[in-house]
Amino acid sequence: MLRLVGKLPLQGRSALSLLASRGLKTSVASPCAAPAGASASASAAEFLDYPGGRVQFTPSLTVQQPAAQSESIPCYRVLDGQGVEIPGAEVAHALDKDTSIKMYHTMLTLQTVDTLFYEAQRQGRFSFYMTSTGEEATVIGAAAALSPEDIVFTQYREQGVLMWRGFTPRQMADQCYGNVNDVGKGRQMPVHYGSRDLKFHTVSSPLGTQLPHAVGAAYAARLQGKNVLTAAFFGEGAASEGDFHAALNFAATLRAPVLFLCRNNGWAISTPASEQYRGDGIAGRGRAYGIPTLRCDGGDALAVFNAVKAARERSLEMQGPVLLEAMSYRSGHHSTSDDSSRYRAADEMKAWRQRDAVTRFEGFLASKGWFDAEETAALRKSIRKEVIKALEEAAKTPKPPVSELFTDVYDKLPAHLLQQQEEVAAFLKLYPEALPPGVKLQ
Amino acid sequence: SLVFGEDVSFGGVFRCTVGLAERFGRDRCFNTPLCEQGILGFAVGAAAEGCTPIAEIQFADYIFPAFDQIVNEAAKFRYRSGSSYNVGGLTVRTPYGAVGHGGHYHSQSPEAFFTHVPGVKVVMPSGPAEAKGLLLSSIRDPNPVIFFEAKMLYRTAVEEVPVGDVEIPLGKAAVRRQGSDVTLVGWGQQVLVVEAAARQLAEQHGISAEVIDLRTLLPWDADTVAESVQKTGRLVVSHEAPITSGFGAEVVATIADRCFWSLEAPPVRVAGYDTPFPVVLEPVYLPSALRIVDAVRKLLRD
Repeated sequence: MLRLVGKLPLQGRSALSLLASRGLKTSVASPCAAPAGASASASAAEFLDYPGGRVQFTPSLTVQQPAAQSESIPCYRVLDGQGVEIPGAEVAHALDKDTSIKMYHTMLTLQTVDTLFYEAQRQGRFSFYMTSTGEEATVIGAAAALSPEDIVFTQYREQGVLMWRGFTPRQMADQCYGNVNDVGKGRQMPVHYGSRDLKFHTVSSPLGTQLPHAVGAAYAARLQGKNVLTAAFFGEGAASEGDFHAALNFAATLRAPVLFLCRNNGWAISTPASEQYRGDGIAGRGRAYGIPTLRCDGGDALAVFNAVKAARERSLEMQGPVLLEAMSYRSGHHSTSDDSSRYRAADEMKAWRQRDAVTRFEGFLASKGWFDAEETAALRKSIRKEVIKALEEAAKTPKPPVSELFTDVYDKLPAHLLQQQEEVAAFLKLYPEALPPGVKLQ
Repeated sequence: SLVFGEDVSFGGVFRCTVGLAERFGRDRCFNTPLCEQGILGFAVGAAAEGCTPIAEIQFADYIFPAFDQIVNEAAKFRYRSGSSYNVGGLTVRTPYGAVGHGGHYHSQSPEAFFTHVPGVKVVMPSGPAEAKGLLLSSIRDPNPVIFFEAKMLYRTAVEEVPVGDVEIPLGKAAVRRQGSDVTLVGWGQQVLVVEAAARQLAEQHGISAEVIDLRTLLPWDADTVAESVQKTGRLVVSHEAPITSGFGAEVVATIADRCFWSLEAPPVRVAGYDTPFPVVLEPVYLPSALRIVDAVRKLLRD
């Protein structure tokens, strides 16, 4: 059946010359040689044309210094600390009343969910939680600026985007409790939300992995002729991962309409941003990849809204990536497994809490005459009621059956998983005390 | 479907993608930057949005930077989202195995790292017709598949291959040679070594060996191997990868469990040694036909 050409590889395994060693790859152009094509032109004396582009020659031996602080990419803002519009600030996309009220409502809901879910975790009702405290304006400002058709990939502190799109406190509680209503079937840790209906890819714990995913998704969307953006959210710590580098370079070279949205909140668990990088933040890296870049005040919902609108337009227009760095502060602990007072000063935390993004947005609403303290107090009360009810009902909902342990590993159960499913069922019939409370076999 | 990776657009360093860019366009067959984690991450994202990405890793030795994307992302995508999302369209092709002078980083057989990962399928063809049939099945399979191509055979193996659409089902082994004294199991390019050993055993020693090509390692066809061992009573598994925790261990343990009362000798493995893959001593390192013949003769003598 099989005919082998040349020497049989069975005896001695003779060397084949088809091995293309990666170490032997050579570039055609040499910086010493006169560049091909450019040698005849007058500019050859001043420029080096090489396969990567054109660079200017210089007789000066200068070591390029990183940007000084005074030259760092400025941070765009529209509202001052009290939420008052700064005169002359560029607002290409002014917020209308309905959008503003919905943003405010979503921020309040997010804050209430965070407070009550955090407490529920502290009481041991479920295993884990992470709040968005301090970053409400970033995620909800961004969510409001995206189209509902846009594809979203996130890290884990962006549940506000999902809430903006209609995910309810009840759905969040179902996921945290891992009950039968959780689309994820109780398989992932709390706050690992996802919703295909809302075009929000399921969160996973490994940091930065979603960034090249977003590039692939954006490339696919471009080829499918969809005029949608793919938005990829991540923290400044995750930007140190290799996947960040991969994603930005792939997005630029393969022309993927993706918005990289970095939440720079100053801390990656206990590591301050000063130990995370030495350059001009995350935005400072954008130009090096050939990516249009901007930086905004993440506590200013109107600035985030305008920055994301502008980035979205730019990205779709050129069918390529844009990088946006939103500067904020992680006012809460990293997670319920973290006590941040062990590594950061109380004064720092207090100072940032006073710059609360939601209060600032209230100032903006008040300046427009759209804020009513009484109405808000009633709203807060009704949200609180809804969230408490969501937690209570989710707690009472049964857990997925044991049989779900084996489904969805593949599209169908292969023989060895069927066998293991039967083994577990037989074992648990024999030892029903080994079943976790509230869990059924089928 | 999309075909991409390092240097695939001009046809690939092993000529596997020649003519595809010209025929299907540079949007569908294209080079990526030199970054394996990026290639896999990009492929996962494209698959999650309904594309059929066929990603190439230039050598299996360089798949490790993408290990996280394969193990933590591609393999768990469907499970962790409760089937809301999946990356079933994804196929990763990568040349693997000894090539005569590949040394540490152009010779490795990393299949066992991936057979330990629930959620992916692992496929290793042993010849041209099989490669086509199994690759088409892998591309169409609604699960992510890692497809290891025997690079020793790229230019040496020639046989009749159907021109049209053919599929060879995944998860099914092939009995390459019937025998009654011992069952020899291999996969990928090692199947040729195992077949050569079977010929030597028959011609020089009068021993009748049955040869099984596993073809798919995850999920693997334990039924076909068990049936054969129940008949022959002896099992030798052979692979190029190092012996400790190699996939041979899985085959031997499963068959010891399922065929304990049929076995007339301990199941054994003839594999690479527990060293990095060497250049000059490659012929000594590799589990040659002679080493397999020797192992079988010892099993029958004892």
